[in-house]
Amino acid sequence: MKMTRRSFIVSSAAATGGLALGFRLPFGGPEVVRAADGSPEINAWVVIQPNDTVVIRCVRSEMGQGTITGLAQMVAEELECDWKKVKYEYPTPGESVKRKRPWGDFSTGGSRGIRTSHDYVRQGGAAARVMLVQAAANEWKVPVSECVAANSVITHKPTGRKTTYGKVAEAAARLEQPKNVTLKDPKDWKLIGKPIKRLDTADKVNGRQVYGFDLKLPGMVNAAIKESPVFGGKVKSFDAAAVSSMRGVKKVMQVGDTAVAVVADHWWNAKTALEKLPIVWDEGPNAKVSSESIAEMLKAGLDAEQGFVGNQAGNAKQALAGAAKKVEAVYSYPYQNHVCMEPMNATARYTADKCEVWVPTQDGEASFAAVLAASGLPADKCDVYKINLGGGFGRRGAFQDYVTQAVMIAKEMPGTPVKLLWSREEDMVQGRYHPVMQCKMVGGFDANNNLTSLHMRLSGQSILASVRPAIVEQQKGRDPLTFQGVFDSGEHSFGYTMPNLLIDHAMRNPHVPPGFWRGVNINQNAVFIESFMDELAEAAGKDPVAFRLQFMKEHPRNAKVLQAVADKIGWTKPAPKGRFRGVAQMKAFNSFVAAAAEISVQDGGKKVKVHRIVAATDPGYAVNPAQIERQVSGSFVYGLSALFMQECTVKDGRIVETNFHQYDSMRIAQMPRVETIIVQGGGDTWGGIGEPTICVAAPAVLNAYYKATGKRIRSVPLKNHGITMV
Amino acid sequence: MAKLSINGKTFDVDVDPNQPLLWAIREQVGLTGTKYGCGIAQCGACTVHIDGAPVRSCSFPVSAAVGKKITTIEGLAEGGKLNKVQEAWLRHDVPQCGYCQSGMIMAVTALLKEKPKPTDADINAAITNICRCGTFQQVREAIHSISKQSA
Repeated sequence: MKMTRRSFIVSSAAATGGLALGFRLPFGGPEVVRAADGSPEINAWVVIQPNDTVVIRCVRSEMGQGTITGLAQMVAEELECDWKKVKYEYPTPGESVKRKRPWGDFSTGGSRGIRTSHDYVRQGGAAARVMLVQAAANEWKVPVSECVAANSVITHKPTGRKTTYGKVAEAAARLEQPKNVTLKDPKDWKLIGKPIKRLDTADKVNGRQVYGFDLKLPGMVNAAIKESPVFGGKVKSFDAAAVSSMRGVKKVMQVGDTAVAVVADHWWNAKTALEKLPIVWDEGPNAKVSSESIAEMLKAGLDAEQGFVGNQAGNAKQALAGAAKKVEAVYSYPYQNHVCMEPMNATARYTADKCEVWVPTQDGEASFAAVLAASGLPADKCDVYKINLGGGFGRRGAFQDYVTQAVMIAKEMPGTPVKLLWSREEDMVQGRYHPVMQCKMVGGFDANNNLTSLHMRLSGQSILASVRPAIVEQQKGRDPLTFQGVFDSGEHSFGYTMPNLLIDHAMRNPHVPPGFWRGVNINQNAVFIESFMDELAEAAGKDPVAFRLQFMKEHPRNAKVLQAVADKIGWTKPAPKGRFRGVAQMKAFNSFVAAAAEISVQDGGKKVKVHRIVAATDPGYAVNPAQIERQVSGSFVYGLSALFMQECTVKDGRIVETNFHQYDSMRIAQMPRVETIIVQGGGDTWGGIGEPTICVAAPAVLNAYYKATGKRIRSVPLKNHGITMV
Repeated sequence: MAKLSINGKTFDVDVDPNQPLLWAIREQVGLTGTKYGCGIAQCGACTVHIDGAPVRSCSFPVSAAVGKKITTIEGLAEGGKLNKVQEAWLRHDVPQCGYCQSGMIMAVTALLKEKPKPTDADINAAITNICRCGTFQQVREAIHSISKQSA
């Protein structure tokens, strides 16, 4: 790890909403880097205050998924500090640039928070411990090998003499960073693997947690914005005079080519005026597009000649042509919005010398890049202060449109901090939506009723073609992410081995902007493949679990989680009277996940009660089992809301649904009991937690629904079939 | 100018009497624990108590709140001591992102005042707040733990 010793600017925005402060104290000596309160930095990861408080720095964002607690557990494990005295803080992207990224990647998406940083954060903790122990040994003039650290106390074993981290921190901060540190064997972990409570709960029960939406800065004004409801449309004209004398209004302005904002003293006044503002849009050719036209476009791809291949074995097309029996089905998955509870927002202050932004962001570096681009200022004149998020789910990472807008507005009012907040309605119609996809499945059986071939043809939207076109170009037009959960290798590899297999994608990209939505492409791929596996099992006259296991001999970890949920729900025994069961499994974000659902139906299948879901996840290593349980049960709320209730439809080129009355979300009454099984399969690569399990709830419920009703539902959401969740 | 009584203090707010109470609480009074989630009384993030009853303040005009006793999340603790719902939330580590939890805690506090030992059916009927992180399993466990404590 390379660490440049410089004065450090700490973001205190999350705590106080105030400005960051940083300074170098004259008595600290030239080598010591200090936090805002003057406490010495042992290294980039660890600051220790004289009262033994340990401040752990991480750059991944906390949006509810518990990553900060997990990361701090890993630093603290190696640091051997007192967990009760641990706090956390976010370094800023500007500081990261200055120091050449000692904290690594800020991006908090793809369930990467822990699985891709566990190694270097543990090293950060271990290096700090080595320095602290060395400082104590130096003070006592004893060999360091005679000293041990535990619970923030260093003990000289032969004499029993003790000191604390707080007392030796100043001296430790002056030592050289150790070049190599040895990490603990996992069997010796004391904090990692324990169901420790989160570090960020206290302020979330008393209203004190400051979200971006709550930020107050001196002299701040508030902005509301409306962007062209037709994606790709532009502002033609607007009549500012019609609203400029309304209560509190300070400014009415165009933002770029596509949006209009009203700035007022208070946000309510800005929003009220914006609603009255006459705006004429140049809607462009996309205004002709509808959900129906998009469905037709995708349907044509189901049988198109050209498709990008994501997975193949043998010769599926030939085998299907010669099959004794074929089973065929077409599935579809809609556009869906993230609907974070905290609508998009960012606060910007711009002067010719400095542009600062306070934002709830999943990726501080992406926010920083947006600030640089929108302000036109160099990196050393910009910074971003990260604030904990009121939900992210993929909306607040790669996409920083609200940051760009906030900076553009602030540039028109130099020196005045501007808080831009989207209304829920703006949030609903300016999403970066879960992409639409259709899928044609064909399975071929031989004369003995053995499945010998499978063709899975995806037709629909690529996220990367829109968001990361360079990757698609590098892949000669293919979007590898489309194949999450069914890919030929890697962290999203297919969990079945079949003699003749073809999984390919006819890319069809409508104008609606797609995005990364919790779980991303595993949501639809799990519905497609795991529903169809049940259809194939039935055609083969086999039990769905036994049928799947036939093809999982080379996928023991997939098989293990599937077997675990089957065992726990009592798969081989009859379900309680009136209850019906279904299963699903997948590998995603390097974790192996499975679910078994138990449901009942009423009114001939019009009402569905999901009673119970047993879920298993094998991420390799479980850093905090209590948080894993919460991510699993919580992700099912997100995933089952999507399955039953959620579709963003397109009419006249724009999204129709504008709020929860048209886009519902599960309530507590609809919540099944979730029983989580954590399997720790170990291994060299760690799996993610926040996203993988989400995808198995929907197909498990759909498979149970078929058992209950004999009706196979092949399109999401179920509300379109007159089915409600009770 | 409207006079509002919030958490035992009186505030004069200069707003359109039809303005939703939520925005007066947040923007004029400056108490930001009460959240905006939808503006149409669907999600419950803005729940406050008016004379003890849970109200979705995003759809409740300031004029109707005048002369009434308003309590927000900031007013639940008494003498610095959290109420039993807040304590249960800490014990069960309920919040994830936490954004909806002010409203959730207000709704649960009102429920327990009416029914100190709510059944699952009582909880299902009274707690209709949206939580996108999906904390419902922990919310239910925490509510039942309070009933057990007072048993």
